Amino acid sequence: MNRLIKTSLLAATVLSGLASVVHAEDATLTIESWRNDDLAIWKDKIIPAFEAKHPGIKINFTPMAPTEYNAALNAKLASGTAGDLISCRPFDASLELYNKGFLTDLSSLDGMGNFSPVAKSAWQTDDGKATFCVPMASVIHGFIYNKDAFDKLGLKAPKTQEEFYKVLDAIKKDGNYIPMAMGTKDLWEAATMGYQNIGPNYWKGEDGRKALIAGKEKLTDPQWVAPFTELAKWKPYLGDGFEAQSYPDSQNLFTLGRAAIYPAGSWEISGFNTQAQFKMGAFPPPVAKEGDACYISDHTDIGMGMNAKTKHPEAAKAFLAWVASPEFATIYANALPGFFSLNSTAVEMKDPLAQEFVSWRKDCKSTIRSTYQILSRGTPNLENETWTESANVINGTDTPEKAAEKLQKGLDGWYKPAK
Amino acid sequence: MQGEQMESDVAMPRRQPIRWHIAVFLAPAVLVYTAIMILPLGGTLFLSFYKEVQGVEVFVGLDNFRTLFGNERWAADFWNALKNNVIFFIIHMLVQNPIGVALAALLSIPKLRFAGFYRTAIFLPTLLSFVIVGFIWKLILSPIWGVTPYLLSLVELKFLFAPWLGKPGSALIAVSLISVWQYVGIPMMLIYAALLNIPDEVLEAAECDGITGWSQFWKIKLPLILPSIGIISILTFVGNFNAFDLIYTVQGALAGPDGSTDILGTLLYRTFFGFQLQLGDRTMGATIATVMFLIILAGVSLYLFGIQRRMRRYQF
Repeated sequence: MNRLIKTSLLAATVLSGLASVVHAEDATLTIESWRNDDLAIWKDKIIPAFEAKHPGIKINFTPMAPTEYNAALNAKLASGTAGDLISCRPFDASLELYNKGFLTDLSSLDGMGNFSPVAKSAWQTDDGKATFCVPMASVIHGFIYNKDAFDKLGLKAPKTQEEFYKVLDAIKKDGNYIPMAMGTKDLWEAATMGYQNIGPNYWKGEDGRKALIAGKEKLTDPQWVAPFTELAKWKPYLGDGFEAQSYPDSQNLFTLGRAAIYPAGSWEISGFNTQAQFKMGAFPPPVAKEGDACYISDHTDIGMGMNAKTKHPEAAKAFLAWVASPEFATIYANALPGFFSLNSTAVEMKDPLAQEFVSWRKDCKSTIRSTYQILSRGTPNLENETWTESANVINGTDTPEKAAEKLQKGLDGWYKPAK
Repeated sequence: MQGEQMESDVAMPRRQPIRWHIAVFLAPAVLVYTAIMILPLGGTLFLSFYKEVQGVEVFVGLDNFRTLFGNERWAADFWNALKNNVIFFIIHMLVQNPIGVALAALLSIPKLRFAGFYRTAIFLPTLLSFVIVGFIWKLILSPIWGVTPYLLSLVELKFLFAPWLGKPGSALIAVSLISVWQYVGIPMMLIYAALLNIPDEVLEAAECDGITGWSQFWKIKLPLILPSIGIISILTFVGNFNAFDLIYTVQGALAGPDGSTDILGTLLYRTFFGFQLQLGDRTMGATIATVMFLIILAGVSLYLFGIQRRMRRYQF
């Protein structure tokens, strides 16, 4: 009896498996992704919008945990079981996949022209000749502030560095709020929300970043040490025991209304919107003098590429071309405020905070995080070292000069810029 | 001696049939142990002699070890991790094991009430997952939500509080003590068992000779539990030099601040699996793993040949 049940179960499984194969006479595309938070958005909004226009193509979004993604994807690609469409991490992780022949060159895809060179740089070969993923979204750095607190203290969002410190001093003097919610325990807060946030104004965005890669500038040059000098000045404005304050601590301090300013990445927006009970505003990293050119970190974060071994290359290309279209950009950017479309066509967004962030693109020049392209390929890893040193500078363990010197020395250890 | 005599008695008279059952009974353990321990270990040692060059692994001899000890940055990271690991071990030896012995000695006092309760309570953290332990202690020590500043302020000692986990000078000590808190139950249990094994006649004889209280502990009990203390030391040594989990949950893979809590386990993890933008480097990871293996092997051999063989054992 038991065996009979088992056999029939097995038969049923096999049959249903066959049935699904038979049903999918049109192309069914599977998307590999690490954004399991976005599953509902893909299922309810993005995929129906695409399938309505392309009746022959079915899309299957199969995300996994972010920490497992890189390893699992590599294994799947190597064994030939990966999906048709691959979400791309920026820079080296994806470049490695392209070099191994797992991703297709998409340079000639319809809609690639919708993206700026900075947007595409994250998924190009070093010489820029081949682009292998369609840029999907970026995150922008800046400062989110508690508008209610600012109104109560009669403060306005600062534009210059002088105003920035005046605002911080005023909040500190009032004493009701911690001026700035940031900790150094998790290290990356100091580097990503601190150094990479304010840095582009000093090293002049893309100019400085490219010069560093070309070896024309060094991390010990004044424009690269200056952001560390500024970070060191933040120390008195951070909360008690910031040395042991972790990233979730900082988020909670701000959303509970205990801190007034939060050095942020735009990915915080949707979370803060649901958590915070007060009005929020945002300002870009302050410039040295009123009227100076401003630069923002508009960091490319997600792209999508095509598995070179896909059985449905035409369908996959149709989907990617749609991902490159303004229509996708509008749906995606509104569903996930804080993940901004990289499409050159302006996207209308409903979230006011997200609007504020993206409005900086008009006046300021965009750049990406300085350590991401090429420079974090070797050991010691420049990005990891920047985490440690940014925290060291704020903690006072290292002086800004010392920190810059350490980073440059580590970089010199393995990186020889092309002459 | 007695053993030799028995052997000759048994071995001489007739030829033994091949004892298949021994092989059969050993097989499961040998197979499982080989598959999940010996082969991976061999594979790791093997891998440390290779290097990946353009996607292909080529034999490079001792090159990886030369990089690890010769390259300034690698060597700095390695020695830093080793130094921290040694401190981690010393703190365990100086704090965990004496406290374990003391607790066991207290528990074995016959008149102690609620001994069973204490025993369970002290052993309980050992059973907790390191994730829970790390999380709880991070909360307790948190300067923002933590209970420590408040408790200290109750006894007017708030000025002593500092964000210990975030300061390069104190982070390693703090993490070590968390680990001690978690694992102090193990030496306690082992010593407790050893103390219970001491026959009453010995203690009664000691009392007849007028040796009681503290001097009884130092002169009678301690020598009798020395072999157990040796075992605990070696367990602590192996455990500490393989440690990784607690540091990773409390301080993250970069083992901050400023690498001050970086031990061999976290260094190995970062190198082998990669971290953030750092791509994993299997061969250098294997090299570090090999060095860790050698360190532990050396420590254990030193103990086995240098100490355990000379230790006096008492038969009752």
